[in-house]
Amino acid sequence: MSNFWRRGEHYVWGTAAALSLTLLMAVALIAVVIINGVGVFWPSSVVEAQLKDGSPLMGEVIRREAVFQGTGERLQFKVGNRDIYGLDFRWVDESRITQSNQPDDVVVLERQEYGNFYGRLKSVQAPGLEISEQQNSWQQLTRAHRYVEEQKHGELKMLAKQLSRLNVRSTRLRAKMDKLIYSGADDDDPDLRRLVEQQQQLDQEFQDVVIRQVAQQEKLSHIKATFADAAGTERVMAVGDIVRFYRPNQMSLLQKVGFYCAKLWELIFGEPRESNTEGGLFPAIFGTVTLIFIMSLLSFPLGVVAAIYLREYAKDGPVVRLVRIAVNNLAGIPSIVYGIFGLAFFVYGVGGSIDRFFFAERLPTPTFGTGGILWASLTLGLLTVPVVIVATEEALGAIPQGVREGSLALGATKLQTLVRTLLPMASPGIMTGLILAMARAAGEVAPLMITGVVKLAPALPIDGTFPFVHLDRKFMHLGFHIYDIGFQSPNVEAAKPMVFVTTLLLVLIVLVMSSVAIYLRNKMKKRYSYRTF
Amino acid sequence: MSDPIRISIDNPVVRVNNLNFYYGASQALFDISLDFPREKVTALIGPSGCGKSTMLRCFNRMNDLVDGARVEGSIMLDDTQVNDASMDVIELRRRVGMVFQKSNPFPKTIYENVVYGLRIAGENNKAVLDEAVERSLQGAALWDEVKDRLNQSALGLSGGQMQRLCIARAIAVNPEVVLMDEPCSALDPKSTIRVEELIGELRSKYTIIIVTHNMQQAARVSDYTAFLYEGALVEYGLTRELFVKPKSKQTEDYITGRFG
Repeated sequence: MSNFWRRGEHYVWGTAAALSLTLLMAVALIAVVIINGVGVFWPSSVVEAQLKDGSPLMGEVIRREAVFQGTGERLQFKVGNRDIYGLDFRWVDESRITQSNQPDDVVVLERQEYGNFYGRLKSVQAPGLEISEQQNSWQQLTRAHRYVEEQKHGELKMLAKQLSRLNVRSTRLRAKMDKLIYSGADDDDPDLRRLVEQQQQLDQEFQDVVIRQVAQQEKLSHIKATFADAAGTERVMAVGDIVRFYRPNQMSLLQKVGFYCAKLWELIFGEPRESNTEGGLFPAIFGTVTLIFIMSLLSFPLGVVAAIYLREYAKDGPVVRLVRIAVNNLAGIPSIVYGIFGLAFFVYGVGGSIDRFFFAERLPTPTFGTGGILWASLTLGLLTVPVVIVATEEALGAIPQGVREGSLALGATKLQTLVRTLLPMASPGIMTGLILAMARAAGEVAPLMITGVVKLAPALPIDGTFPFVHLDRKFMHLGFHIYDIGFQSPNVEAAKPMVFVTTLLLVLIVLVMSSVAIYLRNKMKKRYSYRTF
Repeated sequence: MSDPIRISIDNPVVRVNNLNFYYGASQALFDISLDFPREKVTALIGPSGCGKSTMLRCFNRMNDLVDGARVEGSIMLDDTQVNDASMDVIELRRRVGMVFQKSNPFPKTIYENVVYGLRIAGENNKAVLDEAVERSLQGAALWDEVKDRLNQSALGLSGGQMQRLCIARAIAVNPEVVLMDEPCSALDPKSTIRVEELIGELRSKYTIIIVTHNMQQAARVSDYTAFLYEGALVEYGLTRELFVKPKSKQTEDYITGRFG
């Protein structure tokens, strides 16, 4: 025993314990996210139960826990049918259930509104649609749903596209008119008149398309299906409102896998529904990646260049030391403070000035003087610049002085030495800084909330309309999405699975981005590592 | 006894007159005057901290990099004043190459290491570069060992090979003078002998000024030797005379190993 203390083993054990604790916390966090996130899309079976008071109950069992007082367990059912019951979830003591089974004919509907529906299919009404009488109602529903989906993706989508094109043209026209009016043109101005005529023409076209759209939707809304819940209450629903329908109790494993993949596809490439608690995350994923990308483009060069000056050019003295301390301490400022600074300086200051000088005719409607992806990126850039500076400085400082002297002694200027030798050698360290900066930026939410993130953005920051990159647009973000659906949505319990899925996705995106950066860094390291002997 | 530091040298390449050097407030070199002969090897010897390296670094103005360094006196390279403010340091360093104590190849290929000086001077003609690589590597007695792996990293070479690569890199730009700052102190005996032989071969084309700790080495490779002690030049003369019959008591004490 005395040996144990004398050899200092207790220090080894202490350090090992500290490491284990950190690892444990990290692993536990990731495990919770994975366990809760991975299973969300798996179609679980639906239970139909009979309670002691004779009332029926139908839904997915999602949790089971001990009763607070007394013995036994209680179950949480996801019963859906919010339009009938008002609530999606119900706790039931197991002792109150007299019998339960999993009937094959139970249908689960994913709807555009009111969440899931659990019940049975009664009949399908599809006037004008040829559905043979021999087919059973499930096949009829399948046919009707396919027809409606085809219509939605064909004609209706085309009309929607036309509308958005007309909208863009109209907005541009409006801007031109505003400009003319702002520059003092009166009502008799021939240019203005021409524009007004064009505008009227556009409005007419717009009306025509809207009428066609409404007619089409009207036609589709006649295709309906009748469903009954566990108690037999019937509900008639437009097939167009049904996103997806399935009978989980009779799905084979392969079908379930297919279902899972389809949901995953929707998650990554689809648009959100039901105040973001259902559907896809594509706009948020796109916003997050674009944000980090623009942030890196801004903060990376700035940080590297600033670090180069600090390390290679500035004469070491009290000022440089002060700057270095200040830079290091910038990392400790709460991120919300950066957000406020971003709002005041970038949004109101810079953005407001841009508006006054270039978009004065649109005021008081702001163009750049409101939150947008550019301002959010700049704010995040400011937040991550210290990380890049510190990493770059350290990487440059780790290069042996002999290399600098060797290059200078051959007649190279300081700039040539930097570009040809020092920067390549420092690149692995600089990459490390970039990885840290990106990870930090991906996880920030607070500063974004006041510099341009929104719950639902009407358009992506990069799209097919000229000028393709719209830095003034507001955007969606996975981190904010988590906060929003987890804490701000009206139905938090129903949104919970989505919170885990979004978290998992955010973690995965950070993982993918840093893996790429780490791969690049290791490649550079191999190439430029400097072994001393 | 004759003056231990005044010897006449015909057509010197570097002439130093009344050189004083300061690091901030402390003086490192005291009133040094000597001429370096053309296409000969001159060794600077002396105990640690006597100012040999400082003096060497005055010749290509590497001391400019040190904060607070100050030079007084004159250093003439042929007809140009090295310390003149109008002196183009870039140009000077192309004329005066340098090999460091610790070999410092760049983390690039062997080829790119050799042509580094040419490339930064704006030379990108492949034929010229190829020719320079072969000539310099042959000059540095490294060609046969590396000719088949010119495009591999220079960091994969052995310590001795790296130092010869640094010599090749220095002579690739055809300098007039090559400064060597204890080039063998980090090498094993075998590599040391290779580098010493190389210095012997280079003597016919370049003026070499070598700082060394090792008196046997100075005796083996140099034609002239200067002995510095505490920043002052104590004795300067033909190597064979200085080592056999030193004029100064201090020199004698040092070369016989009584101090240093």
